[in-house]
Amino acid sequence: MNAVSYSRRGFLQTAGVAGGGLVVGVSLAGCGGSSVPVFIGEPGSLVPNAFLEITPENLIRFVCPRDEMGQGVTTGLTTLIAEELDVQPNQIDILFAAPGREYANPAMGIQGTGGSTSMTGHFTQLRQVGADVRQLLRSAAAQDLSVPVSEISTEDAHVIVRGERHPYGNFVETAKALPVPEETPLKAAKDFKYIGKDFPRLDGIDKATGGTEFGVDVEVPGMLRAVVRRSPVIGGTLKSVNKDAAAAMPGVSHIVEIDAGVAVVAEKYWQAKKAAEKLDIEWSLPELANVSTASLKADYQTAMDEQEGDSTAEQGDLPAGFETAKSVVENDYWTPFLAHAPMEPMNAVVHVDGDSADVWCGTQGIVMARGIVSRVANLDAANVRAHSTYLGGGFGRRATLTHVAEATQISLATGAPILVLWSREDDMKSGVYRPASLVRIKAGVNSEGQVTAWDTKRVGGNITPELVKSALPIMLPKAIPDGVINWASNVVEGAMDGWIIDSLSVEGLFEDYDFPNRAVHHVTKDHGLPLAFWRSVGHSFTAFAKESMIDELAEQSGIDAVEFRLRNMRNNERLANVVKVAGEHMHTMQPAAGHHLGFAAHHSYSTDVAEVAEVSVDNGTIRVHKVLCVVDCGIAVNPDVVKAQMEGSIMFGLTAALYGTIDLNNGEVSQSNFHDYPILRMNEAPAVEVVIIDSDAHPTGVGEPGLPPIAPAVANAVYAATGQRLRSLPLKLA
Amino acid sequence: MIEFRLNGVSVQTDDTPDTPLLWTVRDSFKLKGSKYGCGAGLCGACTMHLDGQAVRTCVLPVSAVAGKDVTTIEGLGTPEAPHPLQAAWEASSVPQCGYCQPGQIMSAAALLASNEDPSPQEVEVAMAGNICRCGCYPRIKQAILDIAKAGQEASA
Repeated sequence: MNAVSYSRRGFLQTAGVAGGGLVVGVSLAGCGGSSVPVFIGEPGSLVPNAFLEITPENLIRFVCPRDEMGQGVTTGLTTLIAEELDVQPNQIDILFAAPGREYANPAMGIQGTGGSTSMTGHFTQLRQVGADVRQLLRSAAAQDLSVPVSEISTEDAHVIVRGERHPYGNFVETAKALPVPEETPLKAAKDFKYIGKDFPRLDGIDKATGGTEFGVDVEVPGMLRAVVRRSPVIGGTLKSVNKDAAAAMPGVSHIVEIDAGVAVVAEKYWQAKKAAEKLDIEWSLPELANVSTASLKADYQTAMDEQEGDSTAEQGDLPAGFETAKSVVENDYWTPFLAHAPMEPMNAVVHVDGDSADVWCGTQGIVMARGIVSRVANLDAANVRAHSTYLGGGFGRRATLTHVAEATQISLATGAPILVLWSREDDMKSGVYRPASLVRIKAGVNSEGQVTAWDTKRVGGNITPELVKSALPIMLPKAIPDGVINWASNVVEGAMDGWIIDSLSVEGLFEDYDFPNRAVHHVTKDHGLPLAFWRSVGHSFTAFAKESMIDELAEQSGIDAVEFRLRNMRNNERLANVVKVAGEHMHTMQPAAGHHLGFAAHHSYSTDVAEVAEVSVDNGTIRVHKVLCVVDCGIAVNPDVVKAQMEGSIMFGLTAALYGTIDLNNGEVSQSNFHDYPILRMNEAPAVEVVIIDSDAHPTGVGEPGLPPIAPAVANAVYAATGQRLRSLPLKLA
Repeated sequence: MIEFRLNGVSVQTDDTPDTPLLWTVRDSFKLKGSKYGCGAGLCGACTMHLDGQAVRTCVLPVSAVAGKDVTTIEGLGTPEAPHPLQAAWEASSVPQCGYCQPGQIMSAAALLASNEDPSPQEVEVAMAGNICRCGCYPRIKQAILDIAKAGQEASA
């Protein structure tokens, strides 16, 4: 389980994983095919596939294909292996996979971690891996012990024959010569020992004792530390720099001009940081420098008022729907840009050493890290060893890896292993952001409380073209020159503008209710601030608009907010059920004097969540005291991890609901650190009660779906408390 | 040359006096459990004990610890011999990403050392300086209160 420190592994070992063992990644041209990655393991071990190693000493190692950013994926996926291999989860050592086709998420087809897909993608696959290897060990034991396979059972990494326990490790040698079975029958749910049961997270004790190795903790012999000064406006380029004062500072070994700006390299971080402050730099600023939040919002509003937008989903006959409405309500909902602000700022270690390189990084896509090093250093991907570490928070931020490119360029220039560490200010001001959005909803409701028309439009930037653009240099073969890629990147952006609706920009506006007449339109407005996935992506802003509007329509109709939702989602059983269950809990909640309840529900990542927020408003200050969360995520593989993800998503969403905004002032991000980009603190955090719906359905997403309902639930409670409908985030009372 | 005790061991450093203690501990003594989060004393990820008091070491010059006792998360306990809070963190699955947790635990340990029976409100006040972006607050709070209660029962 321990992420074994680098020094303990030894520098020259060609390990591709953080945590011991030996994984040799092989050529993977971008996201395309590859030959089989060779997970070698230790000499003498049984390595039946890319995921498992069993040593003669009965040590069991699992190569975890997904990245651990706190969501509990190491615990979750290990549980799947443990269940079918018949080993206690905490007896399994976990390594992180190097790049390799076998480590793709079956739900996405790529080796990346995101979209709340890890459990749904690997649930069947990794149980099958465990079951097949258990069957292999039984066959080997049958051969060695001369008993029929049918008389061989297993328990806790042991083969049991006539009451005698033999460690799996005893049969490694024989098993190596046998074919690995396929399609071994999986356990029935009633026989699960670990799935659906609670036990402590597997990474808990290391994280509590400071032993977990994050990217920022990687130590490589001879490593130097770099601090980069970047343009104050993202996208600006270096015009001139005077390095003299910085070069004279103690400890400084190199000052390097790179694409992102100017890097100061020193033996120690503080030396580099102090020296970087002495650089005298002039920048050429990009067009973004003409943009401030007020002008951007005005642009969005003009687009909303004057442009019809591109039609995406459409159903029924909207004009007819408005005809039959008794009342019509129209509102605009504003949600700002947001930073992810993971606690571990961006960092990467890269060592380009002649015709090969190493990269160590906590990332949601280790293949991307390798691709960036490969392209920037002009090396074959096969010669770039990529090492995954634990992530000090992800939330979508660690799917963008400009810091890896920086470290590569600096290592190229210096020949040394380089740790690039961003400051908190760098992360806040030079990062990537949740897109700002203006959403308009016009809805009609009839006298029976049925929504007869639901017309929506979203104005804002899109994530997908930006990601394609940044991924192109990695995905395309190395032989294609950068100039062509830059051209292609711009074509992609232009091509996608106007005729493709990025579903991530409108997801959640259309799907949850069975309104007979509904439409979604989209107007793209992109001012050039880099955009990225941010926990729950489009749902983070669409749910706020949708569930705020629903609350308003319920009130217009004089119908209870829960009942109103149920009347309008008769064809959506699973969501309706969480609404019903949460409603039942809501009606038994007894808020303290001066406290008020608000309700919201949302479907995202195939999971259904309803939340009730208990809120008070005192002198204009909104305080959330308690949140009830009802979730249906199919089988809860680790119920306590599911609870933790709901708790965490609620806290993350509350920070956005109550405080979060990234503003632009002449193109520069105004916020810089936690004093002006506050994060919810313990004294502001509500108690959270999570109810998990019993289910035997295939698991669905958990890392994100708890977030979307919280902002509207709080906004609806604030309305109950004050009579004010707040339609902008963060919520601020007039 | 600045001398102090680091987890009970006398050490000396030639880092410049303005170097924050965090960076001396991480870069010069290679103890990586204490984390950089904000560099401005705002998030608590860098929390260590200075003569038993919780301090934000990203803004504490190493010169200020000359002759004093510094304890880091590594000095508080180990997986084999954890501090009761560390054991509680594991048992209650407190950590998510885990990056802030060394700082959380150092703040909590300092609290319990000075107030063995804190009220929930006292826990909130003492822990308000430590940010957890994953939102583990309910579990952190409960684990501290559980340990305080266990300590009370043990001494009763």
